[in-house]
Amino acid sequence: MSLSPLSTSPGPAAPAAVPPPARTYSVAIAGSGGAGVMTAGTLLLDAAARAGLYGLMVRTSGPQIRGGEAAALLRLGPQPVVTLDDRFDLLLAIDWQNLHRFADEIPLGEGSLLVGDVDAGEAPEVLRRTGARLHALALKKTAKAAGGAWVNMIALGLAGTLAGVPAAALEAALRASWRRSEESLAPNVAALLQGVAMAQGLPGERPDPLLPRTDAPAGRWMLSGNEAAGCGALRGGVRFVAAYPITPATELLEWMAPALTRVGGTLLQAEDELASVNMIIGASYGGVPSLTATAGPGLALMTEAIGLAVTAEVPIVVVDVMRGGPSTGIPAKSEQSDLSFAVDGLHGDAPRLALAPSSIADCLTTTEWAVHLAEALQAPAIVLSDQFMGQSRAVIDRPPQADAAARRLTAPAPDATAGAAVPAYQRYLDTVTGISPMAVPGTPGTVYTADGLEHTERGIPSSQASDHRKQLDKRLRKLEQHDYGPRWADIEGDAELAVITFGSTTGAVREAVARAAVQGVALRLVSLRLLAPLRTEALAQALQGVRQVLVVEQNHGGQLLRYLRSRFDLPGRASGLHRPGPLPLRPGELCAAFIEWAAAHAPQEITA
Amino acid sequence: MNDMVLAAPLRAADYKSDYKPIWCPGCGDYTVLSSLTKALAMIQRPPHEVAVVSGIGCSSRIPAYTTCYGFHGVHGRSLAAATGLKVARPDLTVIVTGGDGDGYSIGGNHFMHACRRNVDLTYIVMDNHVYGMTKGQASPTTEPDWDNKLSPGGTGIRAFNPLVIALAAGANFVARGFSGDPNGTAEIIAQAIRHPGFSFVEVMSPCVTFRPEQKQWKDLVREAPVQATDDPALAARRLMTDDGFNIGVLHAGNRNPYPTRMGRTATSVADLESEFEL
Amino acid sequence: MKTTPQTLDEFMAVALAMENEAVDRYSEFADMMEAHNNGEVAAMFRTMAGYEAKHAQQIMAEMGWQSAPAVPRERVCWPGYESPEAAPIDEVHYLMQPWHALQLARAAEQRAEAFFGQLAAMTTNDSVRKAALEMQAEEAEHVALVTAWMAKVPQPDSDWSEDPDPPRHVD
Repeated sequence: MSLSPLSTSPGPAAPAAVPPPARTYSVAIAGSGGAGVMTAGTLLLDAAARAGLYGLMVRTSGPQIRGGEAAALLRLGPQPVVTLDDRFDLLLAIDWQNLHRFADEIPLGEGSLLVGDVDAGEAPEVLRRTGARLHALALKKTAKAAGGAWVNMIALGLAGTLAGVPAAALEAALRASWRRSEESLAPNVAALLQGVAMAQGLPGERPDPLLPRTDAPAGRWMLSGNEAAGCGALRGGVRFVAAYPITPATELLEWMAPALTRVGGTLLQAEDELASVNMIIGASYGGVPSLTATAGPGLALMTEAIGLAVTAEVPIVVVDVMRGGPSTGIPAKSEQSDLSFAVDGLHGDAPRLALAPSSIADCLTTTEWAVHLAEALQAPAIVLSDQFMGQSRAVIDRPPQADAAARRLTAPAPDATAGAAVPAYQRYLDTVTGISPMAVPGTPGTVYTADGLEHTERGIPSSQASDHRKQLDKRLRKLEQHDYGPRWADIEGDAELAVITFGSTTGAVREAVARAAVQGVALRLVSLRLLAPLRTEALAQALQGVRQVLVVEQNHGGQLLRYLRSRFDLPGRASGLHRPGPLPLRPGELCAAFIEWAAAHAPQEITA
Repeated sequence: MNDMVLAAPLRAADYKSDYKPIWCPGCGDYTVLSSLTKALAMIQRPPHEVAVVSGIGCSSRIPAYTTCYGFHGVHGRSLAAATGLKVARPDLTVIVTGGDGDGYSIGGNHFMHACRRNVDLTYIVMDNHVYGMTKGQASPTTEPDWDNKLSPGGTGIRAFNPLVIALAAGANFVARGFSGDPNGTAEIIAQAIRHPGFSFVEVMSPCVTFRPEQKQWKDLVREAPVQATDDPALAARRLMTDDGFNIGVLHAGNRNPYPTRMGRTATSVADLESEFEL
Repeated sequence: MKTTPQTLDEFMAVALAMENEAVDRYSEFADMMEAHNNGEVAAMFRTMAGYEAKHAQQIMAEMGWQSAPAVPRERVCWPGYESPEAAPIDEVHYLMQPWHALQLARAAEQRAEAFFGQLAAMTTNDSVRKAALEMQAEEAEHVALVTAWMAKVPQPDSDWSEDPDPPRHVD
């Protein structure tokens, strides 16, 4: 369905012909009880990387801690992959145990391939109904025959080959990962190659190889969003972390534990989130950039202390790896439902920074940026990551180094030899920028008491109207007047219809926008990276010429839509496209929705 | 209801729901669940008059596996929720369950005050010296040198001693059980429920997935070599030299439980309002 | 102070309690295996629970009991914490294979056989001794049956418990 603008008023030029997005291959490897599907998935991603491709791997599993049903969901292609596709090209199931539970997460269609073990019985009805082409192969038997190799090696060879990943890359990935004895490696390599042969022998299936970019940059990385955020924190200068385990943030903290020690920092496990957030405030008060990571329930516990960081003007970074909410919610699934809380959820008038990375790679750069901002503005920063990015792995281009290091404006020791009386240090001095030099304990002549009580410029508690006004204005002004540069949002295109989003949905939205463009529907994309403070002037500029906006997000209440409406005059009649977790928003359904929305908002033809 | 009619006695199976636990096969919590149902069968309170309150973690999954009223709350606050429930509804039997992470780390503060307050509750902690549900971090009862990802090389911090803390804070009943002895643990739990005031039962319950070495516990536990005492000072001295493997009731005290206040008087609101009249 | 059963009734009550604990334990194992997608072993444990239930019913029928009589604590004279016939809870593994289940069952029957033998040797009551010897002989038969069954089932490879995937978060 194509749509051409009918407006007679001069507007932006029609979009240039857009090539369709590069072909990708989506594969799901599923199984239970020791099948090793996660390992197979990780190796496949690694192999794809070795072959010069990019990829994204998402994990899903049942409620058991060991041995339950699980699936590794991958998408591979020549360009960085940031979202899953609408359909899987292949579902390879080592067994069918409880796989029907994943039917929603592994959509198949008539063009899909459904491969199972010939000895595992019939595929579940819900999967057969999709019309996918069925093949039953002797997976377990072949593994056994190959000298007792693991069946996931067959799966790796089979899936990898169908995906178009060269056998050499698959083998290289396996060899590089091997931690056991040399003797046990050989049968597994043999099994891998058997899997490759099985794929090549499948009747009627001739997969095209996925062609890597010729200009793929050197030195790419493979990591999870949690690891990326941890690394970004270190790059930003964090050297103290207080930690309390919570799904899905724990791996971020576990990655940082040894890493911090190596760079001369330290991580301390706290008794709970109240302790961890107060610990990092203490450390930061002492002059050390500090961070913690948590999820919704933990963030809720931290709110009082975040308010303390606001009032006492102590920089901290809290990474919130969002999961299904509210309350205990759905711990192992993703959602974008902590936005309202992050931008507003403190008692009193408490301005704070809230940022949202939009991809696994961006988890690194945005966390680093958050550290810089927190330090420069002496304020708490909440980084809204999510389970989808945090616990998924991707191949990314080497992240660029930041332009400048984090700098906290510190108060130097006053010159005691000057002779004249040294003025009393004013920790909360009202300056033009709102940022006051912050003394580092141990420095003579700048002693002060940090306080959550409202205070004078000297830091003495005060209930005076003028002091309260001055400090409230200062704490707001320092955030509002800062020059955040172009990173506050990604703005793409210049169409009259704009789609606004944030966080991990950005990848799916961007792909949907590209698909819509191929169908003649031009859309402008705005992905917000800095959510608080909201850059209203910059947003107004970004939306110049826009008639209507559609706000896309993964939550039930349309939190971003409500937030934008409450702070900003959106053009036209803003609409929201929001759906809660656990299922991700996919490009196909978004594209269809965008096209329908665009048609509903086609400009009226003006008759003379 | 005609209470002269004797219904068939309730069996342990009557306290177990149809929900199949998701705990790893081999987990000690299976037998603790069994002990709890056996203990309730000894008490013979109908399941609908019993409430099981828990926090977050593997052990905290227990309420739904029973046929009692259940409350699966947030991490570490089960004692607070249970206290509210019991004080508002003194007629119910309230059991609190959870793990060592939930109970002694984030729940530490509430643990201390629950012992002190001495509300008639029974608190069963399934202690496996690890955070199981979040994949293996040290808990307050973990040995200082246990290597794990969040604290490489171990925390280096002395392990928490919950029985000593409970006693010092005023718990009226302090006992230790072992999941490998389900019948013995059932007896201890039944005794704990019957005992007035705050009854604390720490059950050693090995984690097969993250602490497989705990299989050795069955060779190390023993019946406490002395009888339970009602003298807190004597109990404290014993506990200070306890090596963590004595099973049985260690202290059964005589403190008065937190008094029941609900429903004691029934002045009408209208009568109260008379104080405002001119 | 634990003592051996003093009368035939007491003895049969103890024997019945042993069978019932075994039924419960095998059923529990079957549930665990089902929840962890180990259907083959789950089915075996169900079968074992069924056998034990039959033995329990036999005892009830012989004694004319409608329900299991309570056993006083002092008469529970098992050597370990649990019924000799109930396999300890930590002896199962989510990846266990049929051979392991049979090994577990055989050990249980052997413990039961040993227990009855000891009881027969220790008791001073003739009817109790006679009953204990009969039970011992029955358990010996069960051991033989399970051993024969084991021969028909493939032995697990040395790496049967290896799982390349790490444990998972769920809460």
